[in-house]
Amino acid sequence: MITERQKNIRNFCIIAHIDHGKSTLADRLIEKTGVLTEREMQDQVLDSMDLERERGITIKLQPARLVYNADNGQEYVLNLIDTPGHVDFTYEVSRSLSACEGALLVIDATQGIEAQTLANTYLAMDHDLTLIPVINKIDLPSAQPDMVKEEIENVLGIDSSEAVLASAKEGIGIDEILQAIVSRIPYPEGDEDAPLRALIFDSYYDNYKGAIAFVRVKEGSIKVGTMIKMMSTGKVFEITEVGVFRPKPVPCDGLKSGDVGYVAASIKNVSDTRVGDTITDEENPAVHPLPGFKRIPPMVFSSVYPYDSSKYEDLKVALEKLQLNDASLSFEPDNSIALGFGFRCGFLGLLHMDIIQERLEREYDLEIITTAPSVVYRITKTNGEVLYMDNPTNFPNPTEIEQMEEPIADSTIMLPKDYVGAIMELCQERRGVYKGMQYLDENRVMLEYELPLNEIIYDFFDALKSRSRGYASLDYDLKGYQQSALTKLDILVNGQAVDALSIIVHKDKAYDRARKIAKSLKESIPRQLFEIPIQATIGSKIIARETVKALRKDVLAKCYGGDVTRKKKLLEKQKEGKKRMRKVGEVEIPQEAFMSVLKLGDE
Amino acid sequence: MMGLGLYVHIPFCARKCLYCDFNSYQSKEYLIDGYIGAVLKEAYGYRNADIDTVFMGGGTPTLMSAGQISRLLSGLADTFDLKKGIEFTAEANPGTLDEEKLSMLLHSGVNRLSIGAQSMDDRLLKKLGRIHSSGVFTETFEEARHAGFDNINVDLMFALPDQTYGDWVDTVNKIVVQKPEHVSCYGLTIEDNTPYRKMYERGELRLPDEDTEREMYWNAVSILESNGYAHYEISNFAKKGRECRHNLIYWRDDSYIGLGAGAHSYYKGYRYANEQVPERYIDAVCKGDSPVVQREYIDRRNEMEEYFFMGLRLMKGIGIDDFEHRFGESPYNLYGKSMDRLLKLGLVNIADNRMYLTEKGVDLSNQVFMEFMD
Repeated sequence: MITERQKNIRNFCIIAHIDHGKSTLADRLIEKTGVLTEREMQDQVLDSMDLERERGITIKLQPARLVYNADNGQEYVLNLIDTPGHVDFTYEVSRSLSACEGALLVIDATQGIEAQTLANTYLAMDHDLTLIPVINKIDLPSAQPDMVKEEIENVLGIDSSEAVLASAKEGIGIDEILQAIVSRIPYPEGDEDAPLRALIFDSYYDNYKGAIAFVRVKEGSIKVGTMIKMMSTGKVFEITEVGVFRPKPVPCDGLKSGDVGYVAASIKNVSDTRVGDTITDEENPAVHPLPGFKRIPPMVFSSVYPYDSSKYEDLKVALEKLQLNDASLSFEPDNSIALGFGFRCGFLGLLHMDIIQERLEREYDLEIITTAPSVVYRITKTNGEVLYMDNPTNFPNPTEIEQMEEPIADSTIMLPKDYVGAIMELCQERRGVYKGMQYLDENRVMLEYELPLNEIIYDFFDALKSRSRGYASLDYDLKGYQQSALTKLDILVNGQAVDALSIIVHKDKAYDRARKIAKSLKESIPRQLFEIPIQATIGSKIIARETVKALRKDVLAKCYGGDVTRKKKLLEKQKEGKKRMRKVGEVEIPQEAFMSVLKLGDE
Repeated sequence: MMGLGLYVHIPFCARKCLYCDFNSYQSKEYLIDGYIGAVLKEAYGYRNADIDTVFMGGGTPTLMSAGQISRLLSGLADTFDLKKGIEFTAEANPGTLDEEKLSMLLHSGVNRLSIGAQSMDDRLLKKLGRIHSSGVFTETFEEARHAGFDNINVDLMFALPDQTYGDWVDTVNKIVVQKPEHVSCYGLTIEDNTPYRKMYERGELRLPDEDTEREMYWNAVSILESNGYAHYEISNFAKKGRECRHNLIYWRDDSYIGLGAGAHSYYKGYRYANEQVPERYIDAVCKGDSPVVQREYIDRRNEMEEYFFMGLRLMKGIGIDDFEHRFGESPYNLYGKSMDRLLKLGLVNIADNRMYLTEKGVDLSNQVFMEFMD
């Protein structure tokens, strides 16, 4: 039975590509509905992490509960739930979408539809959401709303007359958007007297209250004191606080079907509030959980070492704290002959990896060395054993390997037609298998390729951007494993293997990568007292070689009028630099050398 | 116990050279009289010190007039009761000396001249921003001899922009012909905050590569040695008995007093640095304040470091016994591992109870010095 309360609720999300103006639009909606006064508005209120604000990208907005007085005299509660606009977080997007009945599809009037927008729109259609296209930034001189409308019809198959023209920055079209939300998006269904089923679409860790789950109540109700059960684990907790987002968390009496809010239950760990899980009432449990819960395994792995080996414990504490808020981050102790003790970390994707690494450096003030990212390979040994391996260091001996398989991704690239040649060439170079091409409108094209994930994580985004002058966008979806001629490439410095530099590479790419790595190492390892050979090997075969010549000269000039102190300072500075290097055998390798092989450039 | 070295800094130049990051200023000659007064006042604070060597450096001390020279040097002689037979050096730049000044220097007790020739190639001198030509150097040198200076050093620089190996050999040979008692050869370094640094960054300086630089150096060593100069310090060469005693004080890590703007002292276990800007230096001293702006106590550990990196600049190196005598412990106990490593790398030798740099060690001396630092 649907209550009047429920009929005045609208739950919606915003789907947008990075930079298409999602955060600004959210700000305007909040401002317009008067949750906050203009004075209280800090630009882009909902970007919660400094890092996001600084990069100008939004991984995820905080949810917000808006109260909107419509022209018909009714008061509506509008719950804005955000979707991350990045391929790393596709699963989270799908969970956010499950919490809504409708979505604003924000498209930049100067850019058109991007790959990620398309992917998320398809997801929204799969979830039967009502879509409201919003063509944003129409105030810009380069805006082409008609072109975008054409794309909306051709690509998305949505009637473009439904699109709202807007400029979030200038406050144009905001009323129309609010009216469209109320009139077009259906109210939430669900019986508030049925057994509780609440979907967790996000969570974070609060130092005082423990893990906080962001929920959409589908059926039933929840209040302080309710004994809840997590349906994926069966764990039971007592609710200590229930609240809504205004947009800061504000406690309330309870949440009922159709409502969006948060619950706290002295939960020690965010891994107990997994996104996608269903919360039910322990005393009156639902029979079935809500559909779609998955544990998402990490796709990209990299080892992280403290620059200063005495900071190992600090790194561990930092990772533990990050994990409290981010159940998708995994890590376990790792150690390297070259780099000492560190952690093997698993990430959802490259952006996720970048963010974690940057937060370690910025928020925890740690200097870290990271190894080249790796995907998870499937290895079948000659004895029939099947292994999933992400760390090249642990790879079995080639003679024990029957077959190797690598993950393949269905990839969609959207770009202006002028760059099609360049990007097809890039995809070919990256072992892509061409699947199709479609014109989105007169100028823009969608390319479909099957690309090995191993190639995508190796500088692919940068190459894509540089070869399309920043215009191409990529989305991918993991398809499965495929047998592949892979090989382990080792790097020897002064005859000694540097485990942290080993990578898995396709046989056809081995020579090229080997040469680039050797060259980049040669440039970043300073000349030392003896000649240092740098060799790249496959098994015992050397496939690339460079030499760092022996240091020829290292002298200080005269000391002027007895200024011994200055001389000493110069020597101390030099010595300090020496100390900061990693010793592999007799060779001192600076941090930059480890990092430089990660970014070898496109060409 | 040996006496102290006395260094007097004259921070004035007719023109600042393009590579120079010394504490020296052009167009401030009007300060000289006041400056001399301040230096003498600062000197008075050390009046009972026992001085073994005096070195008046710069800048360009010979930018002072004969009268100014006389006033400064007689003032110093009065303050310190300078003994006969001490080494008393004045730096001089070609083009700033005349008969009157030479004779004044000589009569004020100066018995050693150090002339900044830098190069005998007029094209390169111009590039360095020097005010003199090779001809002017030769004149100055001959005048100094004529005036009675029988102990002269010539400063040379190598690895200059556009300098070829042949250019350098030519300069060294031209100097050898003059038969100075002492020659210094320093490789050009591009220092921060100099016009050369900016030019270097803009790619305007074509410097010889490292290999050529080393060849230049070792060739100078060979030419000078075959002409009877002993290679006694990394960059210094002297006829028998003509080593610079003042600089030996630095290299042996002994004590010295520095007077003047930006001068450094190592005195009673502390290293001091004076205010660099002449106006501020003069002000401070005249007001009766200390011109010292930096003071560092040199503890035993620091003293050892300095002892190594200064002492190893001498080609005969440091005496194992001397070290033990000074610090009360054998360097083998304290630095055995480092010494072993350096021996194995062929950077030092140990013989006759002394440790000294090998030729390879000379080229890579920083690597050796760093071994002895924390």
